[in-house]
Amino acid sequence: MPGDKKRRWEKDVLGPSLQRSPERQQFSLTSGMEVQPLYAPDDLAGLDLEESVGYPGEYPFGRGIQPTMYRGRLWTMRQYSGFASAEESNRRYRYLLEQGQTGLSVAFDLPTQLGYDSDSPLARGEVGKVGVPVATLRDMEILFRDIPLDKVSTSMTINSTAPVLLAMYIVLAKRQGVALSKLDGTIQNDVLKEYIARGTYIFPPLPSLRMTTDIFEYCCQNMPRWNTISISGYHIREAGATAVQEIAFTLANGIAYVRAAIERGLDIDDFAGRLSFFFDAHNTLLEEVAKFRAARILWAKIMKERLGAKNPRSWMLRFHTQTAGCALTAQQPYNNIVRVAVQALAAALGGTQSLHTNSYDEAYATPSEEAVTTALRTQQVLAYECGVAETVDPLGGAWMVEKLTRDIMAAAEKYIARIDDMGGALVAIEKGFPQREIQESAFRYQKEVEAGQRVIVGVNKFVTPYARIPRLVRVDAIEAKKQIDRLTGVKRERDSAAFAAALENLKKIAGSRENTMPAFIRCVEAGATVGEICDSLREVFGVQREFLII
Amino acid sequence: MSRKKVRVLIAKPGLDGHDRGAKVVARALRDAGMEVIYTGIRQTPPMIVETAVQEDVDVVGLSCLSGAHLELFTDVMEGLHQKGMSGVVVIAGGIIPEEDIPALEKMGIKAVFGPGTPTSEIVESIKKMVAAKG
Repeated sequence: MPGDKKRRWEKDVLGPSLQRSPERQQFSLTSGMEVQPLYAPDDLAGLDLEESVGYPGEYPFGRGIQPTMYRGRLWTMRQYSGFASAEESNRRYRYLLEQGQTGLSVAFDLPTQLGYDSDSPLARGEVGKVGVPVATLRDMEILFRDIPLDKVSTSMTINSTAPVLLAMYIVLAKRQGVALSKLDGTIQNDVLKEYIARGTYIFPPLPSLRMTTDIFEYCCQNMPRWNTISISGYHIREAGATAVQEIAFTLANGIAYVRAAIERGLDIDDFAGRLSFFFDAHNTLLEEVAKFRAARILWAKIMKERLGAKNPRSWMLRFHTQTAGCALTAQQPYNNIVRVAVQALAAALGGTQSLHTNSYDEAYATPSEEAVTTALRTQQVLAYECGVAETVDPLGGAWMVEKLTRDIMAAAEKYIARIDDMGGALVAIEKGFPQREIQESAFRYQKEVEAGQRVIVGVNKFVTPYARIPRLVRVDAIEAKKQIDRLTGVKRERDSAAFAAALENLKKIAGSRENTMPAFIRCVEAGATVGEICDSLREVFGVQREFLII
Repeated sequence: MSRKKVRVLIAKPGLDGHDRGAKVVARALRDAGMEVIYTGIRQTPPMIVETAVQEDVDVVGLSCLSGAHLELFTDVMEGLHQKGMSGVVVIAGGIIPEEDIPALEKMGIKAVFGPGTPTSEIVESIKKMVAAKG
């Protein structure tokens, strides 16, 4: 409740001013909450900041998961990239590492993500377009040529086909002579959000969740430094969700994964420390900062109080951030550089562990080398020039940020409770609940933009003719042909008996309750393709149709 | 006399799951009084052509954000032509570089709506194109 002084300020100072400029009357967050024109200590009345926020590195981690945050070590600069071919993507990775990037992030093309080989009729036009095509181990070897797997950390955005690509990475490490215990990286492995927003699901939810859990279990035993999942709000937000919906649906999915692993018989403290998260950083700077803090506090409480984790590491929400692709405009595209800088600032002030900054040309195509370099430089300017990384959680205690953090937490908790009442995330998804909520938000946002209630510079205000971006990336059709030729070569050269036996074994294991990871590794070693492996699984598991169309 | 409602098929060809734009446009067209059929994601060009024929639509709106638009839209246009649906108005949207627009127009696509296009503009444009068709 506002105190007397603030009420007087609103009446005597703000009131007359708003009469002169009525368009400054009311503003709201993406999450619908109204933004106050001024925050004061009264807004936090009744809150013990010391107790509820604490010190960085202390439960519930509102101020960050590490005690020293960026004063100890900067966030990992990790640009999501991959296009055209394994050769071209390998060249881009080595370029980015030379430019000071500190981790790799692999974008796979849609056929690879959906379990079709590059020569499938369904892959027409898609090979090498939004990522690198990887059909066999041979492609993976080329992708990581001259990149020692014990020296980099690699994030792979792969979900339905995650076990296949993880198996390839494992076999590649073995061939490079790198112990699995030394492998550092993340596999996205989050299929629930695919049903909600991103769309690259193949199998029904239950077998999909089973394979997710297989990866948890396999990595617990063999790859202790590997993040077994990246529970993603990014795509949920990109599909139109508000900040509150983004974290609520993501944490609800997180609960479902933890429950599935517990039901398998895993000890929560054995796997929870390797769960990671992935969020969006949108334009509304302080709402976003509060969102990251809210997500961290909520997850810590869920893990400790609700799910019973005992190890403090299990309570920590570690996350990657990507700036908002949906905030990039095709109009006046160089404005995007500024948007990305502000969004990246939100991620840094929110305490992200790693960051991808988008490129200014991405409303047109996959980014050019020039554009992606500017994006990486944006992170470097933030990290080294602006001072935001020099103090731990510089916004901690700010009245507005603390108030928004609590508002967002409360609203997200309501959503999570609704999902609990439905029977959890899986049931909610089958009913189309998060999908429908996101559609509503997306449509509302569009209407606000069209009504001019939300200003987008260059789109609905300050509109001018703008110059075309030079040197957009084009993926030549010859790349797909070369990829298909290589695939044909692998199929011709492999030992067909060993290959057939490996696929048969996979089908047998898939139909049993055993962990599927060793069977995937055997298939990969035998030269089986992503498409062949997924076709075998389609026979066993069947395929999933879209839960909610509109 | 009230005119027959304009029938629109909004379709997502290819493997791309980015359906925010398609759904927002579908809903805006519906709010503008059109009959809208939305295919859902991951449709092959033959599936889209089949739906266009069965639903006897006036307009087909194709959405693609994966960069596969040239190949996939070509297949849809050929399929429509083969089924005697050359008269249907085809429009497109998504992540489409400007330099590809002439090729899309050449294959018979009437309008390409890039990111940031107001839905009101798409509505007006459809109304005009359908009226011009007679």
